[in-house]
Amino acid sequence: MAIKTLIGLEIHVELSTDKKMFCNCRNQYGADANTLVCPVCLGLPGALPVVDKQAVEYALRAGLAFDCQIADVIRMDRKNYFYPDLTKGYQISQSDNPLCSGGYLEIEPEAGPKRISLDRIHIEEDTGKQLHTEDGTSLLDFNRSGVPLVEIVSNPDMNSSEEAKLFLEKLRNTLKYIGISDVRMEEGSLRCDVNINVVDQEKGTRTSITEVKNLNSFRSAVKAIEYEEARHIRLLDEGESNVKETRRWDEVAGETVIMRRKYTADDYRFANEADITPIPVDREWVEEIRKSLPELPHAKKMRFMEDYSLSDYDAGVLTQSQDLAHFFEETLDHVKDAKLLGNWMMGDVLRRLKDEDKDFDQMPISSRDLADLINLVKEDKINNNTGKKVLREMFETGKAPGDIVKEKGLIQISDQGELEKIVIETLDSNPQSIEDFKNGKDRAIGFLVGQIMKATKGKANPQLVNKLLMEKIKER
Amino acid sequence: MDITSLKGWEMKERLMKGEISSSEILNAHLDVIDKREKDLNAFITLDRDGALEAAKKVDEKLQKGESLGVLAGLPVGIKDNILTKNLRTTCGSRMLENFNPPYDATVVKKIREADGVILGKTNMDEFAMGGSTETSYYGNTRNPRDLSRVPGGSSGGSAAAVAGFEAPLALGSDTGGSVRQPASFCGIVGMKPTYGMVSRYGVVPMSNSLDQIGVFGRDVKDAHMMLASVSGYDPLDATSSKKADRDISIEGLDSLKDLRVALPEQYRNLRVTGDEKIQERFKETVKLFQDAGAIIDYVSLPSLEYSLETYYIIMSSEVSTNLSRFDGVRFGYRTENYETLDELYTNSRTEAFGEETKRRIMLGTYSLSAGYQTENYKKALRVRTLIKQDYENAFKDHDVILSLTAPMLPFEIDSMINSPVDMYKADLYTVPVNLAGLCAISVPMGDVDGLPVGLQITGPRFGDSTILKAGLGYERLVR
Repeated sequence: MAIKTLIGLEIHVELSTDKKMFCNCRNQYGADANTLVCPVCLGLPGALPVVDKQAVEYALRAGLAFDCQIADVIRMDRKNYFYPDLTKGYQISQSDNPLCSGGYLEIEPEAGPKRISLDRIHIEEDTGKQLHTEDGTSLLDFNRSGVPLVEIVSNPDMNSSEEAKLFLEKLRNTLKYIGISDVRMEEGSLRCDVNINVVDQEKGTRTSITEVKNLNSFRSAVKAIEYEEARHIRLLDEGESNVKETRRWDEVAGETVIMRRKYTADDYRFANEADITPIPVDREWVEEIRKSLPELPHAKKMRFMEDYSLSDYDAGVLTQSQDLAHFFEETLDHVKDAKLLGNWMMGDVLRRLKDEDKDFDQMPISSRDLADLINLVKEDKINNNTGKKVLREMFETGKAPGDIVKEKGLIQISDQGELEKIVIETLDSNPQSIEDFKNGKDRAIGFLVGQIMKATKGKANPQLVNKLLMEKIKER
Repeated sequence: MDITSLKGWEMKERLMKGEISSSEILNAHLDVIDKREKDLNAFITLDRDGALEAAKKVDEKLQKGESLGVLAGLPVGIKDNILTKNLRTTCGSRMLENFNPPYDATVVKKIREADGVILGKTNMDEFAMGGSTETSYYGNTRNPRDLSRVPGGSSGGSAAAVAGFEAPLALGSDTGGSVRQPASFCGIVGMKPTYGMVSRYGVVPMSNSLDQIGVFGRDVKDAHMMLASVSGYDPLDATSSKKADRDISIEGLDSLKDLRVALPEQYRNLRVTGDEKIQERFKETVKLFQDAGAIIDYVSLPSLEYSLETYYIIMSSEVSTNLSRFDGVRFGYRTENYETLDELYTNSRTEAFGEETKRRIMLGTYSLSAGYQTENYKKALRVRTLIKQDYENAFKDHDVILSLTAPMLPFEIDSMINSPVDMYKADLYTVPVNLAGLCAISVPMGDVDGLPVGLQITGPRFGDSTILKAGLGYERLVR
């Protein structure tokens, strides 16, 4: 098809610094309204902003992680507009001179790896929050006012909702890796706006860009993109020369709703923020920050594939977050078998978390306990099925695997004499199965094994059971 | 003996010797205030109780033999755009008629720490916009030298209080001449220190790249004492400089011998109506400098010709953004006449801002608007850089630049208020100093036609002690 969708994303990320960007108030989510405020972040007359070094450092981490060019000098600007949650009538932001420019993220859609280039990453302050009550009054909470943000602006390099989703996931993982933000969309520490339009590459026609706001999750971003993509293709078909629009995603209705048409560009009357004299960016400091960056998701994935012989897919999953990757490596120290551990992690641990709709940071089992469990199986102390049962128990009670095994008497029966007795008893009471087996029905063996497991409450060593059964059945 | 006729430093000397008490000093000034304030209207808010308490504290410290700060027992007037905790701060505007700040400006803190006695808040043009103190919502201030005339502005209340013997010392703010011009009009000393010398934390900004706290006294020594107590690096103000902590003492060196003086060519043939006698006085002063051993030299600062235009664009642009926070939402005046949010904004601002303030907000909003900002704001920023460079060149081989402070004598009340552009032109000598972030002091040059005129001594960035010493040298010459 000749129609191409162009998607660019603008992502606001709240930095998890100790203090706010321009004052000494604590930067913390969820405190009682208006308890984390001072003259500076309330915008009282005469109060002045002083740039917090940690905020700059965090922004530089992002810039370096995405291979951006770092500016020589930090220049701040005033973005002027009136809004009740904006204390000063302007937001301190960056206009012509962003702290970081260029850079890229690599995503891996089905079709193969693709680079999504970034336009810029700039630093700015967050605004307060407006709360509308049922009786129609509006309340203002300025705890968030002055919290440091980076705004990450991509170029319109994405062509599908899949690519946008991969971009967002990669971005979130990387930001988590470099430890600069909680990146929780539900708490607003990561906010995403979508810019989208479509072009007909044969006819050379295109629709005007629509900006979609109010996206509360990656899922709504994907749905909004798909909705807009279809709407834009329709607009193109109908030959409407639509105007630039800002639309809001309505989660319940599953559609975008127009907020305003932009006949002219917004005029924010940018001016220098003269309260902050230009701050030179110390190159040595930048290099220190670069060196202090942790191994980033892509590099880690490559290393996992190479060092642990994991598949592309498994390595990708296991390096999704730094916590997960770290857990994997910590556990591996005690298990010494990457493939076995990989199977347990992918198959049982992560599936369980997913079923419970939990993130990895809510993982209730320690790496030590998981390692102990896998080692019990590896050393034939318990069999594989018992192991899975123990894992379930561990998820539910948080008990150590050794304790569970001991309490429930789950140690595998590997005593030849004991098992022989049970095998003979089982054969004695199931002559029909022996008959079936001799008539070529292999399934009969399965039935007999099941009976033996039942008799041993699943504790019998399955390899030994098989061996003994074959020996004894031949004797009949 | 009339205590109020003494200079601040003389009062302090007597206080330290135990000849007078801090309460006596204060009461002497309160007596003058009782007599003259109804004519002068130098203060918007007087804080008698606070002042009496502060004076009492100083006397107690004296009795106990405790050490005292630089301003011990000296009454100080504070311009009403400088925040004083729990003491109303109006900026001369209806907008802040009931605004009681929850915190002290750094300079106010420093005055308290230096054992100064804060008398109250002085009158000013609304948000410091004006050169006559006539745009104040709280009525105009009169010039103590001639009550039919303006005291200058925007720090006219502070200048009138000091010239009228209501206080020995006062703080003002100087964005384009707002300390120096009223000092010139009232016949006292007024100094605008280098940008970055004095913390702006807690000073309501008018044009924040130009604003600087300035000081008033009846002689250079008093101005110096006042500056020494409020200057210094402040971590709360990112534009304050560590260089502000350098020594600015003026002891000893006050001779004008070998002082390298520059006179800008651009001011040589300047004529503003009716200023011939003032120009004549200036020439006599230059001759005095020369006779005292100063080396006089003409220099060319070509960009000075554009300084007024540059100033009015940058200043109004910054005003338009600095005054945005006065929107009726969180503090200050709120209209009763609104239903929508836009009406709340528009009506609050329409009702509470005066004409001149609105004029400058409109000018600045225009200068910053898309499509106009390249021709206006951004061009002005580039010219500003040229002005800085011209001064830097001039100061490579000169110590100070001499000029008039104002091209005119204090004018009659109401005579100029409807000619804003003529009023703007009066800032000719003072605004380039702010554009370049330099320091300058206005020292009385005697009277012309019975009204005071001022000499402006301009110095390079952080050349504050140089201009103070030159001022002191000149003062001794004419005493």
